[in-house]
Amino acid sequence: MSDLEQQNVPASGEQTAPPKRYFKRFTAAQRYMHAVLFTTFLGLAATGLPMRFSESLWARRFAAGVGGFGSILFFHKLCAIVLTLAFLNHVKNIFTNAFIHRQKGVFWGYSSMVANFKDAKDLLGHLRWFVGLGQRPQFDRYSYWEKFDYWAVFWGMLVIGFSGYAMWFAPFFAHFLPGWALNAVLVIHSDEGLLAILFIFSIHFVNTHLRPGSFPMDMVIFTGVESEEEFSHKRPLEYQRLVKEGKLESRLGEAPGSYQLNFSRVVGFTAIFIGLTLLVLTLSAYFI
Amino acid sequence: MIDAATRKGIFEGWLRRFGHGMLALGLVALLFAFAPAKLHADTDCLACHSDKTLQDANGHSVGVDGQVFGSSIHGVLQCKDCHTDIKDYPHPDHLQPVQCKNCHADQATQLGGSVHKDGKDHPCTSCHGDAHAIFPKSDARSAVYPLNIPRTCGQCHSNGGMGQKHKLDSVYPKYIDSIHGYALSKEGLLVAANCQSCHGSHNILSHTNPLSPTNKANIPATCGQCHAKIAADYFNGVHGKALLAGNKNVPVCSDCHTAHAILQPTADAFRTQSTPICGSCHKDKFSTYRDTFHSQLGSLGGYVQTARCWDCHDAHEVRPTSDPLSPVNPANLVTTCGKCHAGANKSFVQYQPHANAHVRKLNPALYYIRLFMNLLLVGTLTFFVIHTILWLIRARYEQFRNKTADKTAEGDKHV
Repeated sequence: MSDLEQQNVPASGEQTAPPKRYFKRFTAAQRYMHAVLFTTFLGLAATGLPMRFSESLWARRFAAGVGGFGSILFFHKLCAIVLTLAFLNHVKNIFTNAFIHRQKGVFWGYSSMVANFKDAKDLLGHLRWFVGLGQRPQFDRYSYWEKFDYWAVFWGMLVIGFSGYAMWFAPFFAHFLPGWALNAVLVIHSDEGLLAILFIFSIHFVNTHLRPGSFPMDMVIFTGVESEEEFSHKRPLEYQRLVKEGKLESRLGEAPGSYQLNFSRVVGFTAIFIGLTLLVLTLSAYFI
Repeated sequence: MIDAATRKGIFEGWLRRFGHGMLALGLVALLFAFAPAKLHADTDCLACHSDKTLQDANGHSVGVDGQVFGSSIHGVLQCKDCHTDIKDYPHPDHLQPVQCKNCHADQATQLGGSVHKDGKDHPCTSCHGDAHAIFPKSDARSAVYPLNIPRTCGQCHSNGGMGQKHKLDSVYPKYIDSIHGYALSKEGLLVAANCQSCHGSHNILSHTNPLSPTNKANIPATCGQCHAKIAADYFNGVHGKALLAGNKNVPVCSDCHTAHAILQPTADAFRTQSTPICGSCHKDKFSTYRDTFHSQLGSLGGYVQTARCWDCHDAHEVRPTSDPLSPVNPANLVTTCGKCHAGANKSFVQYQPHANAHVRKLNPALYYIRLFMNLLLVGTLTFFVIHTILWLIRARYEQFRNKTADKTAEGDKHV
């Protein structure tokens, strides 16, 4: 973030550095998708956790505060519908991009979210670098942990979504599901939901926002752009490829305005604060 | 011709005469009104004792309101009928306590065998109130009129009263906030259960006494005096049958509804508090119930109803699953589940409301699904927590090294 702040400050020292350049990473649609995703996810987590830990005092207090489980369930279902629509829209976009617009690199290549052999190598290489056994791997447009985040959410949506709707419309699903499946859907929904919550509020928060390289927040998902320095260091392969192909200029974006950064910070830190609060409450249900 | 002044004089004369007539009528009415008091209360005694400020040597008030006494149930008696040691005037300074048992022998005997037998205060007036203002219990002025009983008993059985002194439960506040107390105090229902409806009056026994109406074995019959249908249902169920067979380890009315703080059973507070009561005996069923959505939502309170024990098993006529009359008999499940789940079918009712995902033999599919989900959760988190912690350490180290190695060069901040 510090490098983003420096943009309006005249470069210090004797030399006058050229103005900082910013490159586009996420489209507006992708950023809105993330916004819908984390808003509904926070809503689902905040209303789902009290149900899962309904014996805890905080769960009962929270439920009472919003009007009991009737309203908790209402908000849970409301967020679920919005998230489902966003998910379906995303799947629709993938297929229209790939098959209607004939866009390349949706299912394969460096700009695809599909995992490849390099991701496995990067994971091992990264682990080796952690313990000082090798060089830091050079990442491309999407690193292996970013792809994992994506597929974790994708898989989670299918599993949690399906099991959730099976509970919501149990008599309907009972037409083609065996009786024990109605028991299983709660176990699946509850455990997978808990996994998603714990993963997002601990691993995703730290890997993407709180680790030293991005601390305290990676603004790229909010502003859509990142500085040249950040781009070249975080995703050297993609940067070098663009330089080699002479396409770097085509990715140039505008420097984010201060209102945009401030708004993003408020929203982002609120989300992180709610998430960490829920994480502490969840862990307290196990350890206190 | 009569002039105006004369006319006025005639009119005033009439008015005066009419006034005198009314006065006379009033005096006659007063005479009749006072007649019983004058007839029955000793006018001789009242010559002194009608003074309400009159006190004996110990400073106790000995004033008597002759009118109230005359209208009381004992108004027909003479003073010396009760104060038997008064033979003539002047009477001794110290009189013997009045012995109500001289007339009320049965009640005195009952009281002698009751929990109140050791009362230091006068045993009768503690409940019946002022000895010279005792009214029949059907009279609203009586301290033992149904609507007044809780307050009368509550003088001792509440916070700070005799209850605290004798370490008795403070039942009055509980009762008055209960559905019985509400019916009595807010609606003025004479048939609402008050203290003596369950405990009796003179012969109040400890609940440990087998003869007490509040003894565990007698409670269903006691409550059944009013709640006849529910008592009949209860005795048709497994709990009632076991109680009749002498099993004391079964729930009776008060185990679920409590004795004094009885709530409206459809109230959210009652529905939330009473599931664990069934669970205190049916531990395995309660633990598996708590794993379900019914319980998870139900514990959170609120205005939507989820199934509690009795919604499926019935509250009073609890029958074993094998009984064809049981709502949870397999033949009745579609109807029972359908009470809440519109469209419940044969497949839907295969759902197990008490499935135990921890026992492989009972629910193999559920057992393995739970195992898989837990391994997935623990495995994913373990791997990534280690991964992230190592990364954090390494990234911090790298930043530190870059900073110290070359302060002028741009270190790799994005590690």
